[in-house]
Amino acid sequence: MTTMYQDRPLGSAVHDPATEPFFAATANGSLRVKVCSTCRKPHWYPRPLCPYCLGETEWSDVAGKGQIYSVSVTRRAGPIPYAIAYVRLDEGVTMLSNIVDCDLDSLRIGQRVHVVFKPADGGTMIPMFAPDPG
Amino acid sequence: MSVRRKACIAGAFEHPTRKAPDKTVAQLHAECARGALEDAGLRLEDVDGYFCAGDAPGLGPNSMADYLGLRPRHVDSTDTGGSAYLIHVSHAAQAIATGKCDVALITLAGRPRSEGSSGVAPRLVGAGTPDVPWEAPYAPVTVNMYALAAARHMYEYGTTSEQLAWIKVAAATHAQYNPNAMLRDSVTVDDVLASPMISDPLHRLDCCVVSDGGGALVVVRPEIARSLKRPVVNVLGGGEAIKGQLNGQVDLTFSGAAWSGPRAFEEAGVKPADIQYASIYDSFTITVLMQIEDLGFCEKGKGGRFVADGNLISGIGKLPFNTDGGGLCNNHPANRGGITKVIEAVRQLRGEAHPKVQVPDCSLALAQGTGGLLGSRHGSATLIMERA
Repeated sequence: MTTMYQDRPLGSAVHDPATEPFFAATANGSLRVKVCSTCRKPHWYPRPLCPYCLGETEWSDVAGKGQIYSVSVTRRAGPIPYAIAYVRLDEGVTMLSNIVDCDLDSLRIGQRVHVVFKPADGGTMIPMFAPDPG
Repeated sequence: MSVRRKACIAGAFEHPTRKAPDKTVAQLHAECARGALEDAGLRLEDVDGYFCAGDAPGLGPNSMADYLGLRPRHVDSTDTGGSAYLIHVSHAAQAIATGKCDVALITLAGRPRSEGSSGVAPRLVGAGTPDVPWEAPYAPVTVNMYALAAARHMYEYGTTSEQLAWIKVAAATHAQYNPNAMLRDSVTVDDVLASPMISDPLHRLDCCVVSDGGGALVVVRPEIARSLKRPVVNVLGGGEAIKGQLNGQVDLTFSGAAWSGPRAFEEAGVKPADIQYASIYDSFTITVLMQIEDLGFCEKGKGGRFVADGNLISGIGKLPFNTDGGGLCNNHPANRGGITKVIEAVRQLRGEAHPKVQVPDCSLALAQGTGGLLGSRHGSATLIMERA
């Protein structure tokens, strides 16, 4: 079976004080996570206060590389099938995302992926992941 | 302080409707309240504690306590999705044990079937929910947030779709004896595997029903329970937990039952092997499998083998479960199945389940709930009850 990726309308992104610096970075093609200024631990999703110690946090760019922790092709939630996944970044945090630009039926847990950006309504760039070549 | 034998479930009622386009949600709550109080042999004016969750229309208990004509001296609107009603029983027992109320009423009702609710629609969340900006673009819906847990379980432990299908087969075997069940036809493993794939690896028949209806429970002080005509069901122990994404250290191999279960067993002073009947929240087949492992009914990772070959079927298997047909076949009112889990456990402890599925001399039962999303964040509740 083959289910080729198709673009899906993404709606508009939520712009608020928590997301604004993140989307400013994705507009420039970079993915960032939050790291605690006190305990130095990274976390996901990004919060202004560290969920380990409630310390202040700062943004840290990541390489945008990782592997699929789990993946499911959702086939009946609308006209376009899509792959929802947890991606474990090499920096050690796991984020919910979509896997794109591939045959969705070929996706496997453990597969290496890299970040790509897809535009939401209004042009905000949303990080998603595509399988590494080979 | 323990709640062990400090409170009793004296009334339990499951609304017989599965589709109620002609009734309001508030009316369904009232009909459930009436049913549970009649079952207990108590009157409206006896109620001095009221418990409800997010399915109740209005602000917390304000609207519904007024609508029902209650004057509670203790209220609680803890909302952890479908598991909330098991927590309500625990909290009612705590309130009774500390003298805050004597007769606690818990109600649930909703009309998701009439209102066109679906497990492949985005879930409604309040404004400002902090995870939403980071996740909504990826289209998480109810079913795929359980499918992610199922996919990882298969990867880690070799669990198969056939093994998951046995959970549905067991539920359907029980549902054929429940005249109110929404789905009464028996199904085979092959039927489940042949049903449409909704979100890999979950098929349509791995998913629970969407039904209108509701239920209610009455929890009372033991002296009151003993004065009534119904069999006495003691609350022995309760546990609760919230499990989320662990700050980004996501681990889909276990559910919150791994935390709520041991708390309940410790309070109850019993072991998993002692349990004669278990109501296990069955929003999806994978929900059942993971909770069974996490509660200690089998070793982690061996749930697939445990649930296969009819091991959950009453009269055949080692762990009779969801003898009403569960959420998979009978009822999942308001998209919240916690209260029906307690109700069927009470029927079993009273000896009032259908004779074809009644566990002989059932004196110790467990009810387990998972509310919210197994694959991201959920509330777990475990309740252990005994026939006095």
